[in-house]
Amino acid sequence: MSVATKNVPDASGRFGEFGRRFVPETLMHALDELGKEYERAKQDPEFRQRLELLLRTYVGRPSPLYFAERLTEHCGGAQIYLKREDLNHTGAHKINNTIGQGLLTLRMGKKRVIAETGAGQHGVATATACARFGLECVVYMGEEDIRRQRLNVFNMRTLGAEVRPVTSGSRTLKDATNEAMRDWMGSVESTHYILGSAVGPHPFPMIVRDFQSVIGSETREQCQERIGRLPDEVIACVGGGSNAAGMFYPFVEDDGVALTGVEAGGLGAEPGQHASPLSYGQPGILHGSYSYVLQDEDGQTQDVHSVSAGLDYPGVGPEHSYWKSTGRVQYTTSSDQDAIETFQTVARLEGILPAVESSHAIAHAMRAAKQRSSEDVIVVCLSGRGDKDVAEVARLTGQEI
Amino acid sequence: MTTAISSTFERLRSEGRLAFMPFVTAGDPDLTATVRLIRELAGKNVDLIEVGFPYSDPIADGPVIQASYTRALEHKLTVRQIFDAIAGLPKDGTPPLVAMVSFAIIFRHGPETFVQEAKEAGFAGFIVPDLPGDEATEFFGLTQKHGLDLVQLVAPTTPRERVKQVLASCSGFVYCIAVAGITGVREQVAENLLSQLEWLRQETDLPLAVGFGISRPEHVDPLRERADGVIVGSGIVRHFQRVADGEADVDAVLEQIGAFAGEMVAAAHGSEE
Repeated sequence: MSVATKNVPDASGRFGEFGRRFVPETLMHALDELGKEYERAKQDPEFRQRLELLLRTYVGRPSPLYFAERLTEHCGGAQIYLKREDLNHTGAHKINNTIGQGLLTLRMGKKRVIAETGAGQHGVATATACARFGLECVVYMGEEDIRRQRLNVFNMRTLGAEVRPVTSGSRTLKDATNEAMRDWMGSVESTHYILGSAVGPHPFPMIVRDFQSVIGSETREQCQERIGRLPDEVIACVGGGSNAAGMFYPFVEDDGVALTGVEAGGLGAEPGQHASPLSYGQPGILHGSYSYVLQDEDGQTQDVHSVSAGLDYPGVGPEHSYWKSTGRVQYTTSSDQDAIETFQTVARLEGILPAVESSHAIAHAMRAAKQRSSEDVIVVCLSGRGDKDVAEVARLTGQEI
Repeated sequence: MTTAISSTFERLRSEGRLAFMPFVTAGDPDLTATVRLIRELAGKNVDLIEVGFPYSDPIADGPVIQASYTRALEHKLTVRQIFDAIAGLPKDGTPPLVAMVSFAIIFRHGPETFVQEAKEAGFAGFIVPDLPGDEATEFFGLTQKHGLDLVQLVAPTTPRERVKQVLASCSGFVYCIAVAGITGVREQVAENLLSQLEWLRQETDLPLAVGFGISRPEHVDPLRERADGVIVGSGIVRHFQRVADGEADVDAVLEQIGAFAGEMVAAAHGSEE
């Protein structure tokens, strides 16, 4: 087993053996161009300054590192800190990436943006960035997710985006991703595809990770300030894996910091009952990338289930597969039930409604804290706020709003 | 290396004819219909048939073909069943068959196993739309080892400097994508296509076949001096939607596709076949 390095991917998009580009030739030129433009942007002080200013004054960064005192007392054991990405503009970490990619779109001179969304947070964040930068915006969203996330659909439309319902397949995130890629193949000259997670063909997983790395970089600094050292463990939920990639990446070479990714364990380990490719899947190809996937033995994508629309995706970012293969990050699951109970617990103990996605991570943090001493520090990425999930939680817990 | 595909193009070239290559979706509405369709097309003297392997997440295909994949997969169609059905076709009188299959499926089966079993079933080559030239070197070697072809796609967006790299892993013919995907810009893109075909001709001796957006006999003529073949996919597959909708039975659809294929063959071959 090799040691994980931050020096990935290579020029061909390889994170170890994972990543790369498995896409139609129609998209290859656009991916090359995007990669080149991104490299130029990274070297451009003006781009960096503009991004930094927007993150500070528009997104609201740095997001606080909050000591969850009552949650810590409740669990007994390690101190639990929450990295408050829920306090960002639009209420989730997704805005870090869309502001970055929005600026890239402007640099490339493209006027139209497409995106896919599951829970709707990425759709809202993309619609927001497009409104801010004056870009036309089309968001693909599965019909099932539109039903589950009506509030976010309304918000996207209010922000000026067109929400296109996707009726193919399981009518969820993976189908919205197919549709967005297909749109991009026909519109690539005028359109940038703002991918919402650290998935897809190179250079997307790298770009999304880099724009999200602000989460982990701030956490490092804030831990030094608050506790005078790095934390003992960092935990984040993993669907496609962008908040986790951004949280983990700056810690990858800090051997003393345990990193734990929490997938959607759903109802159980049977195929179709969960959305945990790293825990139950195997390496394969999906949406242009080689990574862990949930497929049947014939190579067809398996159905997935999660209480969280943001996590029910049958693939995962290739860097997570790389981290799994090197043993640098441990991956585990929290169930639907865990997530719902944690949502309620955190609400009552801390006065915070966490996104159901984030509740998966906090649920595991609560278990992990019990196994550790009170000297230990666990930081959990609270990737988004739970307002969007209240109707679904109410429905599942038999309450009326 | 002479293969079933390369010898077909050599013959057509010597006769001064274009190849007509229809695409069919395996298993829509079932494999019995697919086998009958292949026989029907063979009877109309089509030159090569692409057989699409249904995949749950086909990012490279349009909505018509995706819908046909979904219909086929509703019946739990497997790769093994497709191979078995193809193996039952007569060797004489069936044109070369090319498997159009996502690398997701090939990878899951194991590339070596997949190529071997495809060969045993009677396939002459592969089109793997999500395996671009950069990633295809290894799989290309495998197909060559087994005496089969791996066709590469060249898009309207493929820059000239990239083509050499793409063609390094290509044999049989080059699949030239006529349009970037959307309708309404065909006139303009068609001009780009013609100039692209001209410079592609200087880059390779491989036959050039044009697909995407070709659906009528009159689309063939402008390509006659510049390409070696035309491919029709959605224009055939869409007929089976009517079977799914209960508007037509398989017999009627096969007859209709057969008549269309006859017209396309006549246009491509420049004769009254």
